[in-house]
Amino acid sequence: MNILVTVVMRDLRLAMRRKSEVLSAMFFFVVVAALFPLAIGPEPAMLRQIGPGVLWVGALLASMLALSRLFEVDHRDGALEQMLLSPHPLWLLVLGKMLAHWLLSGLPLVILAPVLGLQFHLSPDELALLSLTLLLGTPVLSCIGAIGAALTLGVRGGGVLISLLVLPLFVPVLVFGAGAVQALSSGLGAQAHVSILLALLLPALFFSPWACSAALRIALE
Amino acid sequence: MSQHLLQAVDVSCERGGRRLFKPISFALSAGAALHLEGDNGAGKTTLLRALSGLSPLSQGTLHWCGVPVGESVVGFKNELRYLGHALGLKDELSALENVQLSAAVAGQSLSREQTLQALAVQGLKNRAHLPLRVLSQGQKRRVALAQLQVAQAKLWLLDEPFVALDADAVQALQLLLQQHLAQGGVLVFTSHQAVHLGAAVQNLRLHP
Repeated sequence: MNILVTVVMRDLRLAMRRKSEVLSAMFFFVVVAALFPLAIGPEPAMLRQIGPGVLWVGALLASMLALSRLFEVDHRDGALEQMLLSPHPLWLLVLGKMLAHWLLSGLPLVILAPVLGLQFHLSPDELALLSLTLLLGTPVLSCIGAIGAALTLGVRGGGVLISLLVLPLFVPVLVFGAGAVQALSSGLGAQAHVSILLALLLPALFFSPWACSAALRIALE
Repeated sequence: MSQHLLQAVDVSCERGGRRLFKPISFALSAGAALHLEGDNGAGKTTLLRALSGLSPLSQGTLHWCGVPVGESVVGFKNELRYLGHALGLKDELSALENVQLSAAVAGQSLSREQTLQALAVQGLKNRAHLPLRVLSQGQKRRVALAQLQVAQAKLWLLDEPFVALDADAVQALQLLLQQHLAQGGVLVFTSHQAVHLGAAVQNLRLHP
């Protein structure tokens, strides 16, 4: 368990020493969310309807920005080799890297989303639900994205390939994440959507480190 | 057989479906070193990676302490330290952080004092807190050697450890390797230079 904390702290520390990467994802999210109301016009009903979808798409694309670098930097400087040779289980080290990725690219979006949601005239209930769905959904994005990053490791133009591989798998998360807020505003209640998001999260958390480890072993052969 | 720590029987490696070298066998007991020789592309690095378990052997078996490596992978990894062309160091972290982190990943906890001492032995006392990106290539290799120095692993697999080192550092590394062997360690390395480690060195040439 100690090693999990060590790996998370390592990646956080590395990210703090090159802040531009973390900030660029957050900046991207803010810009996307701020541009839509400007482009579409100040119609409250319209903004309220598209708000959750826009924020979710923005969050999804923002969390993809850092994906291609998740394993690539460690691959290039040989740190990944040392992780494969570690007596600690590889899935634990990979889980640490995924956690760090989420803390850096998912959690800031969860915190920013309610503030940005104000521009879309969302009610407090809807804002709270939006944050909750992002809190459940963005870890799934990190988990699935990490598998894509591990599979495309060392491939030239891997960034494009990751999007092709991973975006279709992100669709259910997007549908139920954005759908939850819409269901709440139309009076249906969002419990089903939230349950499904949770049901996506648990298997993703369980299988992803294992799948990533297998992919990394093949990539480094 | 059991007095040999590392024993390889008829091992060979493939790359892109082509066999790289004729099958080789060797046995190393405590305090023995193996110098792998061969032309460029003969498969030295591939063999070292295969010995470490990073890539598969195309044929042959590998035993550690008389047990096939596949049967106790964790035990083998606990005793293993591999240093390849890429050093696994982070440019953004200081030398101190790098050594401590890599020790943690290798399953070893290291105090700050121990780390600083190892860095001082490598002549990096005043550079311990600088980010690695301001150090020279040779100084980075010295950081990697400091990692080796604190490693408790018995088996060292070193790929071209003498590259980019100045005369002093080459001396220091030879001393480090001799100490490792004197403490009952086992060493497999590649080098294009002549290396003086005493009598215990076997030479093995890879033939295509």
